[in-house]
Amino acid sequence: MTELIIPAIISCFIAFFTVYVATPPLIKYLQNRNLTVKDMNKKEEVMVVRPGGPAIILGIITSEIVLYAFFQLNEILAVIITSFLGFLIGYVDDRKVMGGWFKPVALAFAAIPIIALGAYGSDLAFPLFGSVQIPALYLAIVVLMIPITGNTINSIDVLNGVASGFMTIASFSLSIALFVMQNYEIALVSLPLGFVSLAFYKFHKIPSKIFPGDSGALTLGAMYGAIAIVGHVEIVAAVALLPAVINSFLFLSSVKRIVEHRQIKGKPVEHDKEFRLVATNDKTAPVTLVRLILAGGPMTEKQVGYAIFKLAIFSGILAIITAFLMGVKI
Amino acid sequence: MRIGLFGFLFGMWVLILLGGGIVVVVLGPISISGYGEMDWLLSSGIKAVIAIILVITWILILSKLKNWIFRKEIHP
Repeated sequence: MTELIIPAIISCFIAFFTVYVATPPLIKYLQNRNLTVKDMNKKEEVMVVRPGGPAIILGIITSEIVLYAFFQLNEILAVIITSFLGFLIGYVDDRKVMGGWFKPVALAFAAIPIIALGAYGSDLAFPLFGSVQIPALYLAIVVLMIPITGNTINSIDVLNGVASGFMTIASFSLSIALFVMQNYEIALVSLPLGFVSLAFYKFHKIPSKIFPGDSGALTLGAMYGAIAIVGHVEIVAAVALLPAVINSFLFLSSVKRIVEHRQIKGKPVEHDKEFRLVATNDKTAPVTLVRLILAGGPMTEKQVGYAIFKLAIFSGILAIITAFLMGVKI
Repeated sequence: MRIGLFGFLFGMWVLILLGGGIVVVVLGPISISGYGEMDWLLSSGIKAVIAIILVITWILILSKLKNWIFRKEIHP
């Protein structure tokens, strides 16, 4: 256990400070190239640069390479390559608007390194009831996991700071759960995800100086999904991600098809005179997590963000309880 | 309202725990024999079909739960 402390400290330090140091020059570079989008939730004409994905993937790759130098695990290679593929897919979507099916299909291919490197098990473990051996079915889970986590994180990237703040909470919950389940090496692999998200949150929090873009959100989501598989914590990871899963579920169950957000005509949320967010009564608009949070009345962007963080903390606690329940058999 | 969201989260968590139990109890023991090399393929196919049915059932229950908790918000 003590031999894990030094790699943990070094990798977390590198993860945090790589993003912390790399993001300001990235912001300047994107400003110079005029790669900006309008922040829709600001009263004034505020333009914000994007994507922040390059800083995020740099933090992930450098910290995970350090961990690989210590442990030489195929699982670490699988996480690095899958995250990088997630980044590339997102970057393509950042530069050129792709169809609704592009990201799910392309992200399914991002799972191939996990399979090729044999960094997965064949049984699915459940709390209280034990595990079930499903070798063929598990391959399908591996292929589906990355598109689900990638698009789920991408779909919650709707307000300043929400995607990075949510990922910070979810990934630290997952790391704690991995420690609880005594899967120490993968817990170390997961820690940089939390530190990368935390460092990026510094620039992404309201008022945002940079948006992660698809490249940032898909990198975070793909890495999260890869850790869930290589750490055999699929159920715990799903529980920690529940608020974002609810958002995707509400969206899909109201729209009833896979479609890009920008293709939806109805607006689920609008602004009042004080530019607070208000839920609309538009029946053509999708039901989303933000719309449900706002059903109680108008809120500022910051208040909605904190409401989502409270839900993330609640589901993080449920994920840690789930990790404890993994050791209990009925 | 937000109590409703916490309730929905908790409901999803309970459904995941129960669903896990059903998967282990129903899918775990399934094993086909007597078809030679086809045994593995047949048992995997049957497990996949049952798993898909369970997932669809899970989504339907979740939809009912969502409508029940958020009926005012979703259908104003």
